[in-house]
This record gives sequence, structure tokens and C-alpha cells, in this order.
Amino acid sequence: MRTLRFLLAKEFKQIFRNKTLLPMIFVMPLIQLLILPLAADFEVKNIYLTVVDNDRSSFSQDLVSKITASGYFVLTDYNNSYPKAFGQIESNQADLILEIPTNFESNLVRERNQKLYISANAINGVKAGLGTSYLNSIIRDYNSRLMDKVGTVQMLSPPSQIKTTASFWYNPYLNYKVFMVPAILVFLVTMVGAYMCGLNIVKEKEVGTIEQINVSPIKKHQYILGKLIPFWIIGIVVFSLGFFIISWLVYGISPIGNLFLLYSYLAIFLVALLGFGLLISTYSETQQQAMSIAFFFMMIFLLMSGLFTPLDSMPTWAKYIAQANPVTYFIEVMRMVVLKGSGLINLKFHFLIMIGFAALFNSWAIFNYSKTS
Amino acid sequence: MKQLRIFVVKEFYHVFRDNKTLLMLFGLPIAQIILFGFALSNEIKNSKIVICDYANDHISHHLIDKISASTYFDVDRILKSNLEIDDAFKEGDVKMAIVFPSNFAHDYWHTKEATVQIIADASDPNTATTLNAYINAIVNDYQNSQLPVGTQTIKIIPETRMLYNPELKGATNFVPGVMALVLLLVCVLMTSVSIVKEKEKGTMEILLVSPMNPFTVIIAKAIPYFVLSLINLTVILLMSVFLLDMPLNGSLLLLYLESSILILCALSLGLLISNVTDSQQAAMLISLMGMLVPTMMLTGFMFPLENMPAPLQWVANIVPSKWYYIIVKSIMIKGLGIQAIWKETLILIGMTLFLLFISLKKFKIRLA
Repeated sequence: MRTLRFLLAKEFKQIFRNKTLLPMIFVMPLIQLLILPLAADFEVKNIYLTVVDNDRSSFSQDLVSKITASGYFVLTDYNNSYPKAFGQIESNQADLILEIPTNFESNLVRERNQKLYISANAINGVKAGLGTSYLNSIIRDYNSRLMDKVGTVQMLSPPSQIKTTASFWYNPYLNYKVFMVPAILVFLVTMVGAYMCGLNIVKEKEVGTIEQINVSPIKKHQYILGKLIPFWIIGIVVFSLGFFIISWLVYGISPIGNLFLLYSYLAIFLVALLGFGLLISTYSETQQQAMSIAFFFMMIFLLMSGLFTPLDSMPTWAKYIAQANPVTYFIEVMRMVVLKGSGLINLKFHFLIMIGFAALFNSWAIFNYSKTS
Repeated sequence: MKQLRIFVVKEFYHVFRDNKTLLMLFGLPIAQIILFGFALSNEIKNSKIVICDYANDHISHHLIDKISASTYFDVDRILKSNLEIDDAFKEGDVKMAIVFPSNFAHDYWHTKEATVQIIADASDPNTATTLNAYINAIVNDYQNSQLPVGTQTIKIIPETRMLYNPELKGATNFVPGVMALVLLLVCVLMTSVSIVKEKEKGTMEILLVSPMNPFTVIIAKAIPYFVLSLINLTVILLMSVFLLDMPLNGSLLLLYLESSILILCALSLGLLISNVTDSQQAAMLISLMGMLVPTMMLTGFMFPLENMPAPLQWVANIVPSKWYYIIVKSIMIKGLGIQAIWKETLILIGMTLFLLFISLKKFKIRLA
């Protein structure tokens, strides 16, 4: 016990005397958490539309004014040359082209149906898909208005209708930040923990001080604990700062669920994560190696965690990778507890699997760390 | 010249003799292309939903059949009561609940109006709104199919063409982003670390007191990473063309030239970081912690830049990968030439010169 206390004192001194690292650990995650959620916005608005109107009739103008009135579209140009409109797509000034053919109005009145041409810049498939579906729904609305305007064969009785009412639980204003802030916080804590811990032991190896530890009566587990505990405490402090100051005070996300539950999960997650950091460091000789491995896995963890893209749409093999990723579970737990108020009963599987990760990584790391070289 | 060559060879040895560094240098881009190409998409499908059918009549059954047949939905289970919805959401997997009230068909035929209740787990607003729109489309279809035969309608039929990416693949958007991300991050990281490493170990002093020009040392550090990045770029391009069927419409030469500018820009940034730090840990933390997430989010391939608040769009302007991303999309996918992207190119060149100027000015050729 006394040995451990001395080791801890040494680690804390090393961390707090390093004036470049401290702001990196405590300030940078908070700044990123403050700024980045503003960038994470999938809602597509301000779609730039250019209209090629070959008809110039009252119908076509009516349709265009209806589209611009919807609020989703910004009309960048209104002309009658397709090549010019295409040029605007090439130079990113427009996202969509709506082409109204000649005789639009007269065909519509005479033949009762008429085509319209929409071309979308589909490099960003999501944006193109949403833009055209907005445009289609406006045209559908316009169709039903036309029925009244032009007059159509009277039906014997009006058709029955099925209405849908939607209620959005947990986030009635559909605020995307509520979804992103807790998850980004998880990832920032993960980065701080894994890098710091992974690099720390290797640094001792590279500088050579680990030899002094190896020849001392310090036990393996004491040394590992001495490395784990400081970063565990730092992880909890960084998480709390981000959670209470940025997430709660700035973004107004007050957790619905039980905070004690959340912190218990954080505690286990950090043990697993730091174990992973230790594991990396036992496999590397230099800081550069440790960083390379950590960066590789961090990137995979980040992409496969459901932070940015939904897990449900992944193919089966990718879902397995996501399931082998500890970050996935913590992000899920964070979103479930903070936003929906899930309780321990809903989370028992998450707890079990994270305890499993923690046990696996740490025992592997202790096994792989040898005092003899 | 000979000195330089010897030094470049030394740096190459450093890189190639360390297989863990190689994992990051070459393994990471390959893994990213595979993940972005095959595993990740913003599409929302196979979402689990629960249904609470109080009506239990032919219309509700018909609608439920339609919904379960759609690839967007995966009906998890039928609930007995709407009180179970909250629990279903709290378990996490279920994204939406659909409630058919009792007397659904009765209302439909007699009062001419029936209501389906949709309850979405909006903790993920994007999924909630998209799924809601899908359900509405299914209900609409059903309604139109019920119109009496021969009803004369008047119709504008929109015909949609998806330019550049007819299948709406995510890769078209992601691959240029991955290229920007990998080239920038790997170069910044590797240069800054490899210079700081010499400082930390004390070998920098030996180099500085040697008859070699200090700038030769720096150039010798930069050349291997420049070459490796070009190899990386080639690997990414080969994979995206042959594995992901990405188009390569524009000039290959132009693409390599523009990439070289980005690589130079990244190398200068790495040099600058190595000048302001004196431990490997600090250099890594700045180039990874400081740059990974911002580059990822502000390049524009994850989230559309034009949605962001104005101050953030200004910040995005100083991210070099943002400009490179526009350039790559224009060359690879749209097949445009230099006249379409000269502005972005000039901005990248300007950034590179600026970074290079500052870092050379800050470079200390004297010992502390």
C-alpha cells in the first residue's frame, strides 16, 4: 500500500509539472466540446436551386414561387438555359436544377399530365436525396391544388383519409446537438485516456527510467495500478468538466437518468480504456510506435462507434466490429441514460460487457508486461 | 547533394524498420477506405420498430405488412399496450412505435378519417424525422391505391436525375474526404514527431553542430514523408477505383500536383508544431488530439459546411483539407480542369507558403 502511495505521488508530480500537457488534457477537450457540436448538423436547409424555365407561363411561375416559399430552397438563378444551370452545379453555386419544359402549362391543361425534370448534384447522396424528396413533396402538394384550379371530374364522395400524427419523445424540438454533445464528450474522454496512458509507460521505456523500476521491489500490479489510477482520476475530472460545464450549462442538456449509474459506467469504462492503453504500451518500444498503434485504433473506434453514422445500416460484418468496440457501448449508455433515463435493468448487458472488456484488457496487459527485458 | 541523399536514406530506414509505424502509415488509409466504402453510410435502414395494434382489422394488417416489407423497417415485436413503448425505447434498440387506435377501419369507412399515431425516439432527431417520412410515404401509397378506379387526376410527374452519383453511394462523398484527412494528419504527425524525437533524444544537437546546413536536415526529414504520402495517395486511388468503382474523370497529373501542394502544406504545419514543442508527447497531442476531430468535422465530408453557423464556417476556411476536399471532388468526380479550381489551389499554396515562412523563421539553428 505504501509503495503504491509513493508511485502515485510520483505520477501526479510528473503530470502536474508538465506545463504543455496540462492544457492539452483539460482545456482542449472542453474547447472542442464547445465548438464541434455546432458543426454536427445533418439537417439539410438552404438547398441552392436553379430553375430553367422554358415555359414562362403563369403555372410555371406559380410553381416556382411555391417552391421558394417553402423555406428549404434558395433560388440562385432563374433562366432558360440548361448548360448555364449545369455550370452552376459544377462551380458549386447550385445543388439542384429544376427544368420546366416548353408547353408545360398547355400540356397540363390538355393532357392532364406533364413531366418535369430535376437534376441533383449527388456527390453528397444524402443531401441530393433529401433535396429531391422535399421538391417532390412540394410538387405533390401543387398537384392537389391544381386539381381544384383546373377542375377535375367530380368524385361521388370525397375519398377517405388516413392521417398520421407524430410525436417526438425525449427531444421534441428535434435538436441535433442533444444527440451529439454527450457522444462527442465520450470520444474526447476516450482520446485523452488512451493516448495519455498509452504514451506514459513507453516514455519510461524510451527514457530508460523503467529499468530503475524493474530492479526495484515494486510489484508488477503495483506499478500498473500506479499508472492507471492517476489517469482514471483525470478521466473522471475531464468527463465531469465537460458534462457539467459544457453539456449542462452551455447546451442545457440536463440528464434525465441517474447520475450515479452514469458515473459507475464511466468508472468501468475508464478501467477498460486505460487497460487498452497499457496493452498498447506493452507492445511498443518507442512513443512513436505507441502513438501509431493508438491512432490506428482510435480512428477505427471513432468511425465504428455509431457517433456519426447509424449502426443499424451497417452490413453484418461491420456490426461485429462495432460490437467489439468499447466506445460503442459507452456512447449508447450515455445517450440512453442522459436523454431517455434508462435504468440499470435496461443496461445490464452493457455493464456486463464493459466489465468483460476491462478484465480482458487489464489482465492481458499485466500478463504482457514483463519486468525482465 | 550527396549529404542530402545519405540523410534521406537514413530517414527511410527509420520509417521502414518500424512495422508499427508502418501500420499507421499504410494500414490506416486502407482500413478507412474499406470502412467508408462498405461499412459506413448515412442511410437509415433496418431500423427496429414496435407496433401496437389496438385495431386489429384488415387495414391495420395491410399497413403492417407493407411496413414490415420495407427495407427501412424491421418490426421487432407487437406490443400489447402503449404503456410498453417507454420501456422499449429505454432498452435502446427500438427507434419508433406505431399505434393503430381501436376502430381504425371503422373510422376509415364511416368518418372518412382515421389516424395512425407515430411515436419516435427523437433522441436521434435525424433518424426520427427520416423514419417518420418513410411511414408517411407508405400510408400515402396505400391511400392512393384505394382511390376508385378511373378517377381522373391531374398530375405533374417529376423525373429525377442524380448527377455524378446515380446510385447515391456514400463513398463518392467520403473517399475525397478520407484522402484529405489521411494526407493531412499522417504528414503533420510524422514530421512533427520525427523532428521532436531528435530534439528529445539530443541527436538534434549533433546534427546542428555538424557541417551540414540545418535546412538540409529539415529537407531530408520532409522528403521521405512526401514520397510515402504520394505512395499512400496512389494506394487510396487504386482502391477507390478498383474496389469501390469510384470515377476518376479528371486529369491524374493535376490530382497529383494538387495533392503535392496539400502534402507540402501538411509538412510545413508539422515543422511548425515541432518548432513550438519540445517533447514527442506534446507534438503528438497537438497533432492528434488537436487536429483529428476538427479536421474530420470541418472538412465538409461528414457534415455539410453550409449548415454550420457563420463563425464555424470562417474557422473551416483555415482548415487546409477543406480546400483540398473541394479540389479532389472537382477533379475526380466532376472531371473539371484547373480553370475551375484555381482559386482553391491559390489558397492552398498561400497557406503552405505562410506556414513554411513562420516555421522557418521560428526554426532555431542555435543550441539553447
